Amino acid sequence: MELALLIDIGSTYTKVTAIDLETVELKGTAQAATTVAEDVNIGINKAIEELRAMGVEPTEAKHKLACSSAAGGLKMIAVGLVPELTSEAAKRAALGAGAKVGHVFCYELTDDELDQITKYSPDIILLAGGTDGGNKDVIIHNAKKLAELKVDAPIIVAGNKTAASAVEKVLRAASKEVYVAENVMPKLECLNIEPAKKIIREVFLNRIIYAKGLAKVSEYVDSPIIPTPSAVMKAAKLLAKGSNNEAGLGDVMVVDIGGATTDVDSAATGEPTKQGVTLRGLEEPFVKRTVEGDLGMRYSALALVEEVGIKNILKNYLPPNIEEKMLVEYVEKISKNTDYVPCDDIEKEIDAGIAKAATDLAVKRHVGRIETVYSPFGAAYVQHGKDLTQLNYLIGTGGILIYGENPKEILKHGLYDSSQPDILAPENPKILLDEKYLLSSIGLLSEIVPDKALRLAKQYLKEI
Amino acid sequence: MKYDDKKTIVIGVIGSDVHSVGIRILDEAFSEAGFNVVNIGVLSSQEDFINAAIETDADAILVSSLYGHGELDCKGFKEKCIEAGLGDLILYVGGNLVVGKQDWPTTEKKFLDMGFDRAYPPGTLPEKPIEDLKNDLGIK
Repeated sequence: MELALLIDIGSTYTKVTAIDLETVELKGTAQAATTVAEDVNIGINKAIEELRAMGVEPTEAKHKLACSSAAGGLKMIAVGLVPELTSEAAKRAALGAGAKVGHVFCYELTDDELDQITKYSPDIILLAGGTDGGNKDVIIHNAKKLAELKVDAPIIVAGNKTAASAVEKVLRAASKEVYVAENVMPKLECLNIEPAKKIIREVFLNRIIYAKGLAKVSEYVDSPIIPTPSAVMKAAKLLAKGSNNEAGLGDVMVVDIGGATTDVDSAATGEPTKQGVTLRGLEEPFVKRTVEGDLGMRYSALALVEEVGIKNILKNYLPPNIEEKMLVEYVEKISKNTDYVPCDDIEKEIDAGIAKAATDLAVKRHVGRIETVYSPFGAAYVQHGKDLTQLNYLIGTGGILIYGENPKEILKHGLYDSSQPDILAPENPKILLDEKYLLSSIGLLSEIVPDKALRLAKQYLKEI
Repeated sequence: MKYDDKKTIVIGVIGSDVHSVGIRILDEAFSEAGFNVVNIGVLSSQEDFINAAIETDADAILVSSLYGHGELDCKGFKEKCIEAGLGDLILYVGGNLVVGKQDWPTTEKKFLDMGFDRAYPPGTLPEKPIEDLKNDLGIK
């Protein structure tokens, strides 16, 4: 047996998954409360003890890997110039590195925005702005503003290269920890987020995990600990592209409905599938991640209801027997009691309805859209974002889908809707469920044994 | 100091216009003439031109329109530039700017009144605006 232990340190629970890599078989999973405040290893050991009780001998583990979203995950602020251009590029770099992005700012930072940064208390600030050789004034202004901040977060500069040294100087003079990366948008609408992502990862490893009490895990595991969303993105990429000896599945999209956010990852180029379509806007990364902070099952349930509207939820996502009063009372209850588990059929129905609305909106915001422009020479089509209509696989994960009663019905709300033909959501993908909660483990394993990680995925992601 | 000392210009075809050949020729010609050309292509809105000019710190915007709706598409362009802090930016426009056979001086005046620094009629060769732009930007 070639045992691998995959540790997922979540904000509430630490989960340990044991995989036999020889037979590519799941040997067991166990979880315990996360203990970052005292010593993160307490929780891990507890979960491991539980695995031992199941007959898995953890000391035999050949590989030990970990990812974490504990202690607030990796909290970031992104700053750019134009909202649709460098601000968006900076946001994508931060999301692509697995961060939670509290705020995205554009143009010159104001005092009010500086207060918001202080309040959010980010782990890292990403400062972009200007193409190479382009605007320098704004990024330099923003560096001066950030220099005044009391927040002790490292600042990664990834803007106009001709302004980088001036920006670095301003920040160093204020004793800030500064890292300089390549510009996230060196040429107009040309996305270059890999270098910034790499530096975010390094800063996370060398600095953030210590601040968050995760450093002790590094002694236990044999490769660097990564943010959990990064692990899921790695899994999506592996599933789409395949490995050396194992074919991929083609274009995939992962929908993860959580208590606070709904995350969507797509691994696909998203190029136009129709003829005569002009692509516009910022280039799309192959693995794209969007995080919806206002769409979640518990912490953001109130925000979701506000965004979607009570009438709309009742009409589109709930059966007729659910009345407005029931919905309002339930949402109030769950947003106060975020550990709440639904007790009866009505509560389960409402939970499913919230999940349907979250899936619907999160996918709509993730995918691209097509606009028909009528010119004197007939109709012309303009596409913004990714065309995912021909997507091969839609994969669902998160508690409500895994433990809920009808995950397929929920995920179907992420499909193409002929009444909104401009939204390029998947038309007819196969739907898979991550019923054993393995996506982050698959992502972690993809780094060391990609063939086996992919076989594991093919075996345990269940078509529904 | 720009990192390559070249002047940057943003070019594109405005509105619902899909004429892509001319803009490529302009791209070639202005690049050859020593400009750093940011070509935003066809189907470009006023905002696309302005956003591109902000990020690239452009010195001029050259708007192309060949389908006769130029007047409608260009309305308020200068005002938006001023709002975006690009009031001093040089603005040119050229192409089949209006429908039918209107006389050029009237059309030209219309666009100059809208805040464009120069307007060019159909059939203008790239050499003309290149020479004008060099003069307007003080390039010898």
